[in-house]
Amino acid sequence: MKILVPIKRVVDYNVKVRPKADESGVDLNNVKMAINPFCEIAVEEAVRLKESGSATEIIAVTVGAENSQEQLRTALALGADRAILVETDLEVEPLGISKVLKAIVEKESPNLIVMGKQAIDGDNNQTGQMLAALMNYPQATFASELKIEGEKAVVTREVDGGLQTISINLPAVVTSDLRLNEPRYASLPNIMKAKQKPLDIIKSDDLGVDLNPRISTLKVSPPPEREAGIIVESVDQLVEKLKNEAKVIS
Amino acid sequence: MTALVIAEHDNNELKVSTQNTVSAALKLDSDIHVLVAGSDCNSVAEETATCEGVTKVLCVDSKEYENFLAENIANLIKNLSSDYSAILAPATTNGKNYMPRVAALLDVAQISDISAVESEDTFQRAIYAGNCIATVQSSDSKKVITVRTTAFDATPKGSNSAEILKLEEVNDAGISEFIKEELAKSDRPELTAAEVVISGGRGMQNGDNFTLLEGIADKLGAAIGASRAAVDSGFVPNDYQVGQTGKIVAPNLYIAVGISGAIQHLAGMKDSKVIVAINKDEDAPIFQVADYGLVADLFTALPEMESKI
Repeated sequence: MKILVPIKRVVDYNVKVRPKADESGVDLNNVKMAINPFCEIAVEEAVRLKESGSATEIIAVTVGAENSQEQLRTALALGADRAILVETDLEVEPLGISKVLKAIVEKESPNLIVMGKQAIDGDNNQTGQMLAALMNYPQATFASELKIEGEKAVVTREVDGGLQTISINLPAVVTSDLRLNEPRYASLPNIMKAKQKPLDIIKSDDLGVDLNPRISTLKVSPPPEREAGIIVESVDQLVEKLKNEAKVIS
Repeated sequence: MTALVIAEHDNNELKVSTQNTVSAALKLDSDIHVLVAGSDCNSVAEETATCEGVTKVLCVDSKEYENFLAENIANLIKNLSSDYSAILAPATTNGKNYMPRVAALLDVAQISDISAVESEDTFQRAIYAGNCIATVQSSDSKKVITVRTTAFDATPKGSNSAEILKLEEVNDAGISEFIKEELAKSDRPELTAAEVVISGGRGMQNGDNFTLLEGIADKLGAAIGASRAAVDSGFVPNDYQVGQTGKIVAPNLYIAVGISGAIQHLAGMKDSKVIVAINKDEDAPIFQVADYGLVADLFTALPEMESKI
């Protein structure tokens, strides 16, 4: 079984991001970049499927600028076998990304696509579902458990009230939630080995996919600040304030 | 033109997130249709017809929609989409699951999790875990939108009697199958709909100590939530999680107990009307967003609070 893992280069999750002073966008000058945490979980899941004998090959793919090669190397160090960079300097929206991924899926014919449920920059939570739609594949989003059973995948999903389990025909798209697994750290020998693994670069123009943006960002502003509150001295004072000042309990 | 809202329900009851979404749709359009797709869901359609602002309810009652499998629901919505200028769903796990699929089938870029409507093509939404608010404009002729329900007041129920149109639309894609659902049983209100939420964090130390929150929750009619740290430590199930990747809540009163206040958690609760923080670490960032902070050991403060409310 061949697994495709689409990943994304994003701002490291520890960085507190701020809008630019002129509100024209997000200030990304000199911030640390990393593989999107949900994508890392997806890579880990693919590697575990390979280690358990369910999968034979793992291909990591990303759509982005030349420097996205760094995150593909991370995926290779974690255990992916080879990588593909679809190179573009455009900021591509989820719909455009899913069209690029469709072209890659048609070329590589994976049995399973595992990817993160959302990227922590745009927080869109769309690309996996869109790719599944364009391929007419089933989807299992927000996965907390994934089992391969013959020609099907049985997936437990994190839903609002608890957990839902569905069975989907392969090929399919599965998107990872936080509790699918805990990704390993790449060992130094594996980081060194990853440098030798194949990484193909395809120009996005060569795929003949429409990447024109449909959404324009007019401005990016800071969220409304909450006014600082007060520190109360005791439970008595807290209860008194909640009753008589905030009037939220009776 | 007309906007179509996709109802969130469990085949028995309409979820309030639908009413929040109708309110958002009313900022785009005055003619609002609501699709109730499910199995044995007639009572939900009747309930929906009483929501203020709804002009028509489309009821599609068929077995293959019972569990809201994305493949089936997305095909249904696509088939119904031609008459609508905008399609909106609440940003629940259901809405987040099927709506991008609808958008791709229609070749439309989805606008996810909007928190404000500026005009019929311009919206606000949080990005980077709520650290920034983006104002975005869509050039698609048809808008596909998911709605952050806490950002819009629910349209009232009970006053209206919109027409109910029953449709026969069979869309069994046949590529996915529901197996089971394990939903937490609780007499408490749902997290996202509760007027009061009390959440525990890593400071609770273990799952058993969440009983300390239950006593207060019972007295206040509150829902119980948790930080990601508490969920990851296995204190409570995942559906308790409040935060960027969990549930977004905005109750009248939010009580954070033993929660340090990571940005990830704040993104899920900072729109609450009144925030109380109880933490023994006076430097915890949660105090910067709290209206009332109490620096105390939760193991003595909680029983005392329970006895005094």
